Amino acid sequence: MQPEPLRTLQEGRARRRRAIDSNFRRLGFFLTLSTLGILAILMLNLAMNGLARIDWQFMSSFPSRRAGEAGILSAWVGTLLLMLVTASAAIPFGVAAGIYLEEYAPKNRWTAFVEINIANLAGVPSILYGLMALGLFVYQFRFGQSLLSGGLALGCLVLPIVIVATRESLRTIPSGIREAAFALGATRWQAVWHHLLPYSTGGIATGVILAMSRAIGESAPLITIGALTFIAFLPPAPLISHAPFVSVDWLFSPFTALPIQMFNWVSRPGEEFQSNAAAAGLILMVITLSMNAAAILLRRRAQRNITW
Amino acid sequence: MSLSPENARQAIPESDASESKDLPKVQIRGVNFFYGSHQVLRNVSMDVPALKVTALIGPSGCGKTTLLRCLNRMHDLYPGNRYEGSIQVQPDGTDILGSGVDPIQVRMRFGMVFQKPNPFPKSIYENVAYGLRLQGMNRRRELDERVEKALREAALWEEVKSRLHQMAHNLSGGQQQRLCIARAVATDPDVVLFDEPTSALDPIATSKIEELIVELKKRVTVMIVTHNLQQAGRISDMTAFMYLGELIEFGETNRMFTNPAKPQTEDYISGRFG
Repeated sequence: MQPEPLRTLQEGRARRRRAIDSNFRRLGFFLTLSTLGILAILMLNLAMNGLARIDWQFMSSFPSRRAGEAGILSAWVGTLLLMLVTASAAIPFGVAAGIYLEEYAPKNRWTAFVEINIANLAGVPSILYGLMALGLFVYQFRFGQSLLSGGLALGCLVLPIVIVATRESLRTIPSGIREAAFALGATRWQAVWHHLLPYSTGGIATGVILAMSRAIGESAPLITIGALTFIAFLPPAPLISHAPFVSVDWLFSPFTALPIQMFNWVSRPGEEFQSNAAAAGLILMVITLSMNAAAILLRRRAQRNITW
Repeated sequence: MSLSPENARQAIPESDASESKDLPKVQIRGVNFFYGSHQVLRNVSMDVPALKVTALIGPSGCGKTTLLRCLNRMHDLYPGNRYEGSIQVQPDGTDILGSGVDPIQVRMRFGMVFQKPNPFPKSIYENVAYGLRLQGMNRRRELDERVEKALREAALWEEVKSRLHQMAHNLSGGQQQRLCIARAVATDPDVVLFDEPTSALDPIATSKIEELIVELKKRVTVMIVTHNLQQAGRISDMTAFMYLGELIEFGETNRMFTNPAKPQTEDYISGRFG
């Protein structure tokens, strides 16, 4: 039998290779689209069930036994204050730890061990943070089932995210910048404070926002430490009319938060409570998506302003 | 301490003799340098003359940059590095490798210009002022004067005087490198160390930097590491040839290039290896 000429053989093989290539293109496109589709269906579903429920009354009312009169005032105020506590705890600890690990710590087995465990910390199930917070903050430190305990629990939860974001942001700064500062006689702290921190704020802020958008949707740790599901009052105001004019009483106030309020409504019978839950879910979703969008914008701007 | 004759000599106001061209500015004596257990410099001794340009040449990995970075103690920033020997700086005779010496003080006396222009992502003005600010200068008028003086010395003033508060990154590569020179000379250092300052620049920018270095030596002692032999020939008064961590030959540039004493020097200069 005459062997097939090499040219035709290659021609046939090339056609098959091209077919595999374009098949994967179609498959990949379809799979990518379907992940987006899931998000779209989720949003649409929430919007159809909940959009009609969102109005001023819903935002400004306390929860109620009657679904039509219920609102999310205590929930969104609780979420806001929780985020305040979480950010105030996670930012200083996370940024300081990131700076230490990236700029100060000697590279040895001990720091390698610490680094691996920070990565592990990011993988700990959130309910375990709740358990830790219950033992440590609620009982040991006697902070009670309060905003302070809840905020600190979420702060611990997102700490690894802030640390990693800080380190990655610092790592993008070329070593030439550090050496330039050191060569002029800067100490390590001066190099950090005058140069490295200012040049990496964009990246750090992006990480902080992503951390907050992770924390804002958490319910398991809050339920574990005993956040209430039905609260018909607001925490005490942080500003008061008499000296010293600021008060930290709100930190020790019981609280609820958006995901917990939502959980509470979902578990109730009745169409109307379901649409309350959908409305609260929609608000939570919009907050999270806009925080992520802000993070992306911030990262873009930071990249545009500083080019190495 | 204050009554010792050495310190008493220092108290005498600086005379012309103390900056005399015959007196070495930096005396390097028996310097060994180790990176971990790996020895990079082997018993290097040389006298760097004041107000001259001294070039360090040699093939890659010969230790010339390592030697340069010993002078401002840059190696202290990284773990596992060890110095031996002494490097005395005149007129006060401080041994900058001495155990009691603060590397930060050393770096304030030795300016450094790097291979790649590395301005801070700040304004032109703030780049030049940074070293002065580190030394505690914060009066606006004083800073303005010193910044202008440094930019003039770096032959950059005319190009940037109308945009001092714009970002340094908008400058061209050659301008950025001259800005880095201005930043290094602003604090009036004793010595300015150049680590292959033109290797990232085009020929025109390179020749401007070379002119600048020749101009600078009227005021400050210059040491430059270069891969470019022609550059060493054009701008340096003294040349040191290093090979495998040792100083092979050190002498006047003209003599080194026309009549080298050691065969390795001749081989390198004539392009037989490198």
